[in-house]
Amino acid sequence: MSNFAYFPHTDDDIREMLDRIGVGSVDDLYGDVPADFMYRGDFGLPDAMSEQQVREFFEKLDSKDSKLKVFAGAGAYDHYTPAVIPYIVSRSEFLTAYTPYQAEISQGTLRYIFEYQSMMCILTGMDAGNASLYDGPTAAAEAARMALSCTKHKTRILISRTLLPNVIDVIETYSGYHGIQLGYISEDKGQTSLSSLNSELSKGDVAGIIVPGINKYGVIEDLSGYADAVHDEKGVMIEYCDPSSLAVIKTPGDWNADIAVGDGQSLGIPLCFGGPYVGFMTCKKEYVRKMPGRVVGETRDSDGKRCFVLTLQAREQHIRREKATSNICSNESLMALFVTVYLSLMGKEGMKRVNDLSYGKAHRLYSGLLETGLFSDVFHRPFLNEFTLESKIPANELQRKLMDAGFFAAIEVGEGLVSFCVTEKRTEEEIDALLKTVKEVRL
Amino acid sequence: MKYYDKLIFELSKKGRIGFSLPECKEGETSDSIPGNLKRQSPPDLPQVSEPDVVRHYTNLSQMNFGVDTGFYPLGSCTMKYNPKINEEIANMPGFQALHPLQPDSSVQGALSVYYGLDKALSAITGMEHFTFGPCAGAHGELTGLMIMRKYHFLRGDMKRTKVIVPDSAHGTNPASAVSCGLDVVVVKSDAEGLVDVDSLKPLLDDTVAGIMMTNPNTLGLFEKNIKEIAALVHGCGGLLYYDGANLNPLLGVARPGDMGFDIMHVNLHKTFSTPHGGGGPGAGPVGVSKELVDCLPVPRVVRNDDGTYGIIRSDKNSAGTVSGFMGNFGILLRAYAYILMLGKQNVKSAGRLAVLNANYIKESLKDCYKLPITGLCKHEFVFDGLIDDGSRDATPDSEEIKGVTTLDVAKRLLDYGFHAPTIYFPMLFHQSIMIEPTETESKETIDSFITAMKKIAEEAKNDPDSLRKAPHLTPIKRPDETAAARNPVLTFMDEKNAVRI
Amino acid sequence: MSKVIDGLLYSESHEWVKVDGDIAVIGVTDFAQKEMGDITYVDMPEPDDEVSKGEDFGALESVKASSDLYSPVSGTVVENNEALADAPELINKDAFANWIIKVKMEDMSEVSDLMDSKAYSDFIEKQ
Repeated sequence: MSNFAYFPHTDDDIREMLDRIGVGSVDDLYGDVPADFMYRGDFGLPDAMSEQQVREFFEKLDSKDSKLKVFAGAGAYDHYTPAVIPYIVSRSEFLTAYTPYQAEISQGTLRYIFEYQSMMCILTGMDAGNASLYDGPTAAAEAARMALSCTKHKTRILISRTLLPNVIDVIETYSGYHGIQLGYISEDKGQTSLSSLNSELSKGDVAGIIVPGINKYGVIEDLSGYADAVHDEKGVMIEYCDPSSLAVIKTPGDWNADIAVGDGQSLGIPLCFGGPYVGFMTCKKEYVRKMPGRVVGETRDSDGKRCFVLTLQAREQHIRREKATSNICSNESLMALFVTVYLSLMGKEGMKRVNDLSYGKAHRLYSGLLETGLFSDVFHRPFLNEFTLESKIPANELQRKLMDAGFFAAIEVGEGLVSFCVTEKRTEEEIDALLKTVKEVRL
Repeated sequence: MKYYDKLIFELSKKGRIGFSLPECKEGETSDSIPGNLKRQSPPDLPQVSEPDVVRHYTNLSQMNFGVDTGFYPLGSCTMKYNPKINEEIANMPGFQALHPLQPDSSVQGALSVYYGLDKALSAITGMEHFTFGPCAGAHGELTGLMIMRKYHFLRGDMKRTKVIVPDSAHGTNPASAVSCGLDVVVVKSDAEGLVDVDSLKPLLDDTVAGIMMTNPNTLGLFEKNIKEIAALVHGCGGLLYYDGANLNPLLGVARPGDMGFDIMHVNLHKTFSTPHGGGGPGAGPVGVSKELVDCLPVPRVVRNDDGTYGIIRSDKNSAGTVSGFMGNFGILLRAYAYILMLGKQNVKSAGRLAVLNANYIKESLKDCYKLPITGLCKHEFVFDGLIDDGSRDATPDSEEIKGVTTLDVAKRLLDYGFHAPTIYFPMLFHQSIMIEPTETESKETIDSFITAMKKIAEEAKNDPDSLRKAPHLTPIKRPDETAAARNPVLTFMDEKNAVRI
Repeated sequence: MSKVIDGLLYSESHEWVKVDGDIAVIGVTDFAQKEMGDITYVDMPEPDDEVSKGEDFGALESVKASSDLYSPVSGTVVENNEALADAPELINKDAFANWIIKVKMEDMSEVSDLMDSKAYSDFIEKQ
């Protein structure tokens, strides 16, 4: 056997253990594996690296990536991460625990999940939430399936064309295989069209609709009337929302949505090239038992002490197998802790401040870009930290020029349309530098 | 562990803050958002200071058991040591700052991680290529089945709507199949605990999309008839899916690709040492054989002819898109670092030592615990409760005494400082205790676990009442799970925002 | 020993039926509630939902298990037992006193293959 820091067995240990088992060699333990399956090669792997070598290997890779100032969103937002969070989430007791099956020695995990569920309900204005899902797009896909079980004899889910493209892609993929029929609500000048919704609803087969709170253009959608229209047809309304913004804009609860989903990444989780993030789902109380995923509830132990457990498990795959509400088991628990610590630190006031700062800076860039004369606003709708303009410079050229100057910005979101995003993390100097670069782009 | 009873909401006091952000400059704030779109009152989040937050969560952590605090013999979960260097690598500031939609040319380092990990996993498993979109094992299963269906669709073979799942399978298998729109057909286990080949044969026809298998299976047994099963399933036009939940015993020993499997997922948070995080984030990359590469989900990293890396973002043959961006990159970094440290020298020991540990525990405890299936196991095995559970039939002079259950044994183990094994699974037995040590546990740790299990077997005979009330030394005693499910309280309630479900 | 009541009809999946005109009052047996242990939730159909003989119409849930309920008759649900929504434990207290749904039967002859109390007692004896 090899000599390796993670493997504690000495040769003597192995000998003694084999003697107890009553076999001559470790390979004898594989006596039931047909001999031609026993692999004899070296897996094309390199020589084992030492810890220092592996560190240097990754430092070198890391240096090959360009360090860009991010002025883009599209589902991943560059917010500041308070120093406390990495310390808490890297505590071994959280990091190296399994799913909290043994409540007696998992109260740490169970309590933060309970806090997380509570905070997500506070943000979204809903009654109950689950312990997390993989990410926003998969949460939306799960919600589509949930909508079918919340309604009877309905077969179709309508999705708004203004949802982020990756959200639509994942819903389409999941629904296609599961056998959910999809319909689309068209877009009307940067916002989900209510008349398109009404005409689709009139067909009578709609179980639910998925509409964004803030859409792919950054527009804050005016969702008044949407829930009523859907409820009149006995369907449910699912809102795909950005949780950070919900501190200042109307919540799914305010719009009378039935299910809220989205990605918790905007609550301080680093961009990290797309993951790990954390999908969330909250809903009205009548739909709690239709939710996918783990749920934590409060109870008492046999001494009467308050404690927390995984509950409503009869919905889940390990009990219901093929009749489960979903196949999900592992979710993104540690990222739920991340979000919980973030929301604890930011609190009531901090969440307002983050949005205020982002709002001010985004509007500064917006005005500055319009002043260059190279852009025009085609929607004229309210936005928070992300906005879309029509660009006279071709999108890919604009993006390349900005990248050369150290910025990631101007994601193409439609024919001639580019989006920008400014969080509280960007400085005024950076905004001005970006504007200067834009002005230097020659048409 | 000490009991700590606060929730963060209960520390809240009006006027306290825990953030450090500049004041807003004069000018526009979110107050300028039109009234019809604005939240009416701010969210009632806690108002706490930074020290409050740090102490609160540190206290919570101290009520938790993790791999770093003790032995975690949880069957089918592969709770191996999580190397610390992996954490440092995943937290390198450059990687953390990458936006997932940055142009390919600006993320060549990150893309080379995908490429390198793809190559390494493919070599270790005998697959051709992997996709990294899936964020967990069950997500990998779903993705793998999507690929399976897409493959049949592309061949115009539309009527393959059934998937065969052994009765010993993890619950995720049938749940994933249904999520993917497939009908589940269960195949029985034989007396040895393996897939019953004779029962399988009549199930195979041109409506079968494929079979999902875990090998070794959930009883820890190698499906030694896999060659025959593969030939049968392929013979009817179906594909073989390998559930990677139990890959660890084969790590460095044998490859699913060589056994005839066409599609598989790998739980990086099991076999490749990334931390479980209390239930994620994990990663469940899916590998496929050569014939199925075109069906892999997008986006997918490829190496261009000039040696640079690029991303395929759409492909008509692809099974689709299974997550928002490119999967859990942070987890991929950790797994890749682990593989590089294993290298060709150490990789061959990983599975072998895990199997050694499992067989050693099994042989050491089989006199106290019922071993329904004897013989060699792989990384895990299953006991069916205690041999002498303390139960006594009623005699004319005495009442019947009920035996100590698997639940009691599991709870008592917590008192001895061990996590419990997986219990009441697989469902083939009534009192299942499924034990999986991994290669990172020393003989001393395992011997002390064996000693505790033997002591519990003695206690069952001598002091069963104490066992039924176990655990005694944990921050809380047994919780009332029935009350939790009957009257769910799922959010923090003060009088103001009490919501009864 | 599980309780069995004379005058009711029984299915092999442990539902009992009381026939009252063209209405079938349906519950689960004492044997079934004992097998389940503490019931935490009863998943019931709504009035006007259709049920079919032999098909599941809901489920009993406990902390660690879920058991589907199979309808012994076909027809339309006229009522569900709302008391069970707040107090599923009523079934544990007395499975025969706490019915789950009432169904207006389509075909009265469907009950003819159900067991009487004697046959059901023998049936559960062998379980």
